Amino acid sequence: MHVIIDGQRVPVSPEMTILEAAEQVGIHIPRLCVHESLTPQALCRLCVVEWEGARTLVPACVARVQDRAVIHTQSERVRRARRTILELLASTVDLSEAPELLAYAEEVGADLERFSDGERLTFPVYDDNPFYVRDYNKCVLCGRCVQACGDDMQFTYALTISGRGFHSRVDTFYHLPMPQTTCVFCGNCVAVCPTGALKAKEELLLEEGLSPEAIWQRKREEKRAWYKER
Amino acid sequence: MNTSVLLQRVGQVDPTRLEDYVAHGGFDALRRALLRRPEKVVEEVKASGLVGRGGAAFPTGVKWEAVARESRTPKYVVCNADESEPGTFKDRVLMEGDPFAVLEGMAIAAYATGASEGYIYVRGEYARAYTLLRSAVDQATQAGFLGDAILGSDFSFHVHIYRGAGAYVCGEETALFESIEGKRGQPRQKPPFPTTHGLFGQPTVINNVETLANVPPLILNGAEWFRSLGPEEAPGPKLFSVSGAVNKPGVYEATMDVTLRELIEEYAGGVRDGGKVQAVLVGGAAGTFVGPKDLDVPMSFSGLRRVGASPGSGAVMVVDERVNMWDVLLRIARFFAHESCGKCYPCRLGTQRQLEIVTRMASGALRYKDFLRLQDLHATMRDASLCGLGQTAGNAIISGLKVMGMGMSDD
Repeated sequence: MHVIIDGQRVPVSPEMTILEAAEQVGIHIPRLCVHESLTPQALCRLCVVEWEGARTLVPACVARVQDRAVIHTQSERVRRARRTILELLASTVDLSEAPELLAYAEEVGADLERFSDGERLTFPVYDDNPFYVRDYNKCVLCGRCVQACGDDMQFTYALTISGRGFHSRVDTFYHLPMPQTTCVFCGNCVAVCPTGALKAKEELLLEEGLSPEAIWQRKREEKRAWYKER
Repeated sequence: MNTSVLLQRVGQVDPTRLEDYVAHGGFDALRRALLRRPEKVVEEVKASGLVGRGGAAFPTGVKWEAVARESRTPKYVVCNADESEPGTFKDRVLMEGDPFAVLEGMAIAAYATGASEGYIYVRGEYARAYTLLRSAVDQATQAGFLGDAILGSDFSFHVHIYRGAGAYVCGEETALFESIEGKRGQPRQKPPFPTTHGLFGQPTVINNVETLANVPPLILNGAEWFRSLGPEEAPGPKLFSVSGAVNKPGVYEATMDVTLRELIEEYAGGVRDGGKVQAVLVGGAAGTFVGPKDLDVPMSFSGLRRVGASPGSGAVMVVDERVNMWDVLLRIARFFAHESCGKCYPCRLGTQRQLEIVTRMASGALRYKDFLRLQDLHATMRDASLCGLGQTAGNAIISGLKVMGMGMSDD
């Protein structure tokens, strides 16, 4: 069994995704929402490829190979979709801490200012617990944190998506501060965040120039205040 | 060709009375189906050439066969009654005028595929359809047409009704499943398809109301009769919802070789106040605008393909020359931005940017840069969106601009 990817014959096994098949021969397909420890959601659509005979482009992260399928990962149709998605993304999110996305953008010639005249949502930075900070101005809505918090890792369900369409965002139930939710501060959401929207507080404070000792002192005070409040 | 199959009882029977339905030949098809082996029923539907009437036009028999082949149980039959496509109101007429026919179609589908449970997902705004279906399910269950040991056979089928909450995207089949399961109404990536992983992850037949209403007459009169109606590529009766600037807006039944001009001039009584057609939106907001010089195409798949359109759910919205097309396009752009679920990037962000650009154009600022951006948005949403909502969100905008002479290209 084999597929043809960008003109190259690639031997495959039936359960393989196009992403895995391409990886075997060193073809890297851009991707964002997919993560090795999480169920692929196929929602960022950056990994779409052209499968000869298919009506639309198909997401390589979930599409399983079929014998003799002919796939293009760099056709003009693919590059146009990828370019436009990155341009759209850059018009709503601060990508400064997502170097991979910036590299993809350069590769397909995306003009990251192209849709910058559109509406942009801004959020306050949520610093409501001693462990991590949430800055949704950097959130690309890949949904990884929601998955890690839910069925894929922690079964805690503190995080969810609220709103709809352009106004969708990651949120807590009833928009409660994190300590009042079911969050157990496991840190899995922080670990899977690709853009620095979720950040460990130590990391943030180090970036701000605080010494480790000062950080620990500050966190201790915060914890005390937090318990006192409860 | 004019037919009276799907609408034969609408307005003739009392939709609240089972006896009335039975007196007009109701449940004869179910009786007949139960005398045959399930495979034979699937074969008959396959041979008829019936394709789905919700918009995607997938062959119904092929869908049933795939579910019948699955050995995992329970299996489900889901009736997609979340009719939300703007300009489409044919399912409403069926549910309000002949609700038992929909149930009979579901029962036959269940018998043919080995399903034991049925769900009807009714659009939230259709309060009357819901009430009538509710009463119809109760009466049919009481009388032994649904429930356990139907008509003395060993076939059992229970029907549940679920009401939507107003989201357009929940008419997309996998988002509809998510909604019934109590989750956020968002589509799932396909494959896997509903035939193997549908409602609650089980093998599921999901059919549109009108598709199911086609089943009883098909079983009673046979596949050959069905094939004799209309064009070979899409046989059988079809309902068209004609609205907008016409004298007699309404639901009309015809075969799919009927032309747009016939629907507008003969069925719907022509353009109101003797006006002229400026554009016709075929297939609803997810559909395509067709210009006045293309009205003689038949409403079949191949016919409409010639003008870049598709019949979709059978919606025909007529825009006359007194209407400002910019207002129409703006309304459609707003609709998609409002209804995008927000799951996949191209649609979540693309529908918003499309709305912003169309808003600017409608206010008179026509910039070359905006036309280019619209084309890229359209192509990207069409090619890369996760579900049909995003894939069609730019259709009406681009085709509308073309009809207005704005020189947009298909790519």
